[in-house]
Amino acid sequence: MRITRYAAGFAAAGLLLAGCSSEAGNQAQDEAEETTTQVEEVEFPEGSTMAAIVEAGELRVGTKIDQPGFGLANTAGDPEGFDVEMAKIIAAKMGLSEDQITFTETVSQNREPFLVENRVDMVIATYTINDKRKELIDFAGPYYEAGQDIMVAAGNPENIEGPDDLAGKSVCSVEGSTPAENIRTNYPEAELVLYDAYSKCADDLRNGNVDAVTTDNVILTGFVAGAPEEFELVGNPFTEEPYGIGVQKGKDDFRDFINDVLEESFEDGTWAEAWDKTAGAITDTEAPEPPAVNRY
Amino acid sequence: MEFLSDNWGLIQSAFLTTLSLAVASGVCALLLGTLLAGMRVSPIPALRGLATVYVEIFRNTPLTVVFFFLAFGIVYVDLQFPSRFVTAVAALSLYTAAFVAEALRSGINAVPAGQAEAARALGLDFRQSLTTVVLPQAFRTVVPPLGSVWIALAKNTSIAAGFAVTDLTALLQRLANANADQLLLVFGAVVLGYLVITLPSAWGISVLERRLAIVR
Repeated sequence: MRITRYAAGFAAAGLLLAGCSSEAGNQAQDEAEETTTQVEEVEFPEGSTMAAIVEAGELRVGTKIDQPGFGLANTAGDPEGFDVEMAKIIAAKMGLSEDQITFTETVSQNREPFLVENRVDMVIATYTINDKRKELIDFAGPYYEAGQDIMVAAGNPENIEGPDDLAGKSVCSVEGSTPAENIRTNYPEAELVLYDAYSKCADDLRNGNVDAVTTDNVILTGFVAGAPEEFELVGNPFTEEPYGIGVQKGKDDFRDFINDVLEESFEDGTWAEAWDKTAGAITDTEAPEPPAVNRY
Repeated sequence: MEFLSDNWGLIQSAFLTTLSLAVASGVCALLLGTLLAGMRVSPIPALRGLATVYVEIFRNTPLTVVFFFLAFGIVYVDLQFPSRFVTAVAALSLYTAAFVAEALRSGINAVPAGQAEAARALGLDFRQSLTTVVLPQAFRTVVPPLGSVWIALAKNTSIAAGFAVTDLTALLQRLANANADQLLLVFGAVVLGYLVITLPSAWGISVLERRLAIVR
């Protein structure tokens, strides 16, 4: 008797959850606006990855929902940003409409597993291309080149002009991130303070507990744009972080297709357009020179 | 396996951080909790009230919120902890003390009233009767609940990972992101680290419980 009651409880909870998500889906459909031109009826070779996705009628994309300018959930819960625009451009070239894209939140720690377990078709999530990751997945792109930079309190009281000035200073980053690893190995004299979110680093910088915050410049610009009277960017990127689009390993047809789409968007200005209305609008910067796609 | 030996130093120091967080907070929480339990049964209404308010505040506030306040809030009242490790110990101790106090109070209530009355008849004042007659008996009866509080504390230390303390959970975040191909191994090592602390504790608690049991 008791078991059945529990089962009923679970079933009810499940229904509730399903109800929530489909409601969110409807909202997303309602609000989706046709921003990119959709190519009608594209033919893909039989058996290709693209054909399978078009057949399924759904492009599953993993993205971040906490990265201003690249992937940030709006009040309705739908992600917005440069990464999201990239997904829309790719979907359009596959003949899929925007509401046929399903966005799933991926965080730094689960991007590879999501691809390996085939829970998403691709990951566009400020995803730095590196060799270690290439052992598990493949990257199309890069579609953007970020670089590690330093954010300090307004007025730069500690006179930090680059990573070498961090010696003996406390610098904040996120545990497990590439920028933190870089400081740890290449600038060991800096005192690293590692939280689980950059917003906590910003809090610590604001109240003077740390001297600097370091990570990719695009993330820092978001913070500076939010509080220009409190923070400033050193503006001296000291690494190259090419952001790629993660796909399942060995799906070379899909990777080539995405690379073609990216190059096309670099050419015809849709890439710059996407920048202007997302990351560019937040940071008030012109679209940079597009990076060269790396077909390895 | 090579992966584990490569990162052995890291794993070791993360484990020691978790262990010392748990032990330091455990000792502080036990002391503070005992004091609070004593206050709650004291004859002075102001002390009783103070301890009640403390217990209700900290028992009913999420630990993460306590952490957040100590890490980012107290600078606004011009206070500063010497290090983030101390901040974590403070948050864990303040929070756990409320649970220790409640467990102990139930133990004090279980001591027959005749014991305190006999102590008073012998001329002991409140403090003497509490520390020499009531508390020693109370502690014996609350070994199991205090053991649960201790195990909960050992696991709660993981919240410090989000507040700039490199414990086992922080290590999980660091190694998992850098070595997605070794995810299960990293996960296993971290879980094992916690079990090494909690399982022997559980065993020790049951031994202690049997040794200290009193026949009434």
